[in-house]
Amino acid sequence: MMRPFLKMTWIEAKLLLREPIGVFFTLAFPLMMLFLFGSIYGNKPLPFFAGYGSVDVSVPAYTAMIIATSGLLTLSIGMAGNRENGILRRLRATPMRPLIILSSQMTVIFAMTVAGMTLLIVAGKIFYGLRFNGSALNVAAAFLLSSLSFFALGFVLAGLLPTARTAQVVGMVLFYPMIFLSGSTIPLESLPSGVRAFARFLPLTHVVTLLRGLWIGDAWSRHGTEVIVLLVLLIACTLVAVKTFRWE
Amino acid sequence: MNPIIQVEKLTKAYGAMIAVDDVSFAVQSGEIFGMVGPNGAGKTTTIECLEGLRRPDQGRVHVLGLDPVSQERLLRPQLGVQLQQANLPERIKVWEALDLYASFYSRPLDWRNLIEQLGLAEKRNTAFRKLSGGQKQRLFIALALLNDPQVVFLDELTTGLDPQARHASWDLVRSIRDRGKTVFLTTHFMEEAERLCDRVAIMDQGRIVALDTPANLIRSLKGENRVQFSVDVDLDVSSLSKLPHAGRLERHGDIFVVHGRATDHQDQAALVGEVVNFLTLHGVRFSELRTEQANLEDVFLALTGRQIRV
Repeated sequence: MMRPFLKMTWIEAKLLLREPIGVFFTLAFPLMMLFLFGSIYGNKPLPFFAGYGSVDVSVPAYTAMIIATSGLLTLSIGMAGNRENGILRRLRATPMRPLIILSSQMTVIFAMTVAGMTLLIVAGKIFYGLRFNGSALNVAAAFLLSSLSFFALGFVLAGLLPTARTAQVVGMVLFYPMIFLSGSTIPLESLPSGVRAFARFLPLTHVVTLLRGLWIGDAWSRHGTEVIVLLVLLIACTLVAVKTFRWE
Repeated sequence: MNPIIQVEKLTKAYGAMIAVDDVSFAVQSGEIFGMVGPNGAGKTTTIECLEGLRRPDQGRVHVLGLDPVSQERLLRPQLGVQLQQANLPERIKVWEALDLYASFYSRPLDWRNLIEQLGLAEKRNTAFRKLSGGQKQRLFIALALLNDPQVVFLDELTTGLDPQARHASWDLVRSIRDRGKTVFLTTHFMEEAERLCDRVAIMDQGRIVALDTPANLIRSLKGENRVQFSVDVDLDVSSLSKLPHAGRLERHGDIFVVHGRATDHQDQAALVGEVVNFLTLHGVRFSELRTEQANLEDVFLALTGRQIRV
């Protein structure tokens, strides 16, 4: 079981890299944002950000944006497309178990999400002296939980929507308002209080809050709400995804 | 010997639409068995029940003595499958697809030999989307043969191919049979079934309306060979019917149609010879001589009262 999984993961990775659009939004676009706003605001500690700089706040926030891109766009459009084109159909006629097929896709998209975050951290460190006061393990755990929740959401979209095109439209309709209102592009601090109240209903807001909090060393206990929301999202979406999964 | 495929009273409906209605047949080892019929006749549903991709509503299906649904894990590694509507990722290269699919099986064939035999060797680094229709089909055949299967299922293999690629596919299918495999295929081309299959099941509206070798099916249509010609003089019709191989006569104005008595090809050649000799002997100048041979399309027409046209 391991050999086909590794082979499939390797080929999926190559296929993903051959699609320049996906690579751009996961790897290049967040970096461009970092350099754009980094060059405007720098990374001086500001009272507005409780003593942290703009870049310190942006790196975990942009990471949340990458997670949303991977789950709502890359994964859902990819899965819906593979089903629509009959790629899943052909795989189904082999001895491969569906779990192996799906987990290799998730592995590749997760690896690309990690790569996106790593690029942000490296660039932030080199060019803006990025500060980090949390535990790497805690941030990694929160990153994993957030990614899985959004991947599950992506599988739900792929399961419910008939074609890659509709998955793309619906994914974008969810994605764009969410990245602007959740604090993953514009800091929550800069948003009017009405928007912030609304933002609490967006799952991505909880990813931003959790990652930013753990980034500056918050304890898990301060983020019970975020963890619960993301866990519920993960469990609910996994159940729905299993129900709505179709080979064709 | 036990049949390779055994189907008893298979029924499958989608909602109110009965796709396959109480179908039974058996396929023997080493034959090319064809299921032929118009679109919507139930061919694909039948083949997908055999492949374990659909669960029959009623009836029993056994492939290599196994139930394709409940014993899928045992059966799947022994099957070669080419699907009607299937795809590979656009940007996957030929060798990558083969390498990946080979990893799914415990004892795969060497795909390098396979693409050599299928004439795809020079395309090994080509992306799937850059392949022609015929090359894609050959790649799907290669994927279906990777596990050295006992049974190969080919669903509408040649649909969308040009005539040249279609003939090449037929040679390929024969070569699969010649390796000792059993081939089960569906097609809506009567000519393909006639020229390729050892036995043919003609399907219409979910039922098998006839099942035999193509030659026997055609032979069952008596007198469907025809020789047609036109003359510009008056001809004594009755003397034509005295020819040894001639049967019924028809006349439409100055066009004459001589129906043959038997239907195998030799007799048709004999009939043509007799008619031409007769006309020459009697000094009749004829034109627009045409022969028409009965084929599986005529069999289908005779059985269902409808033309199969796609």
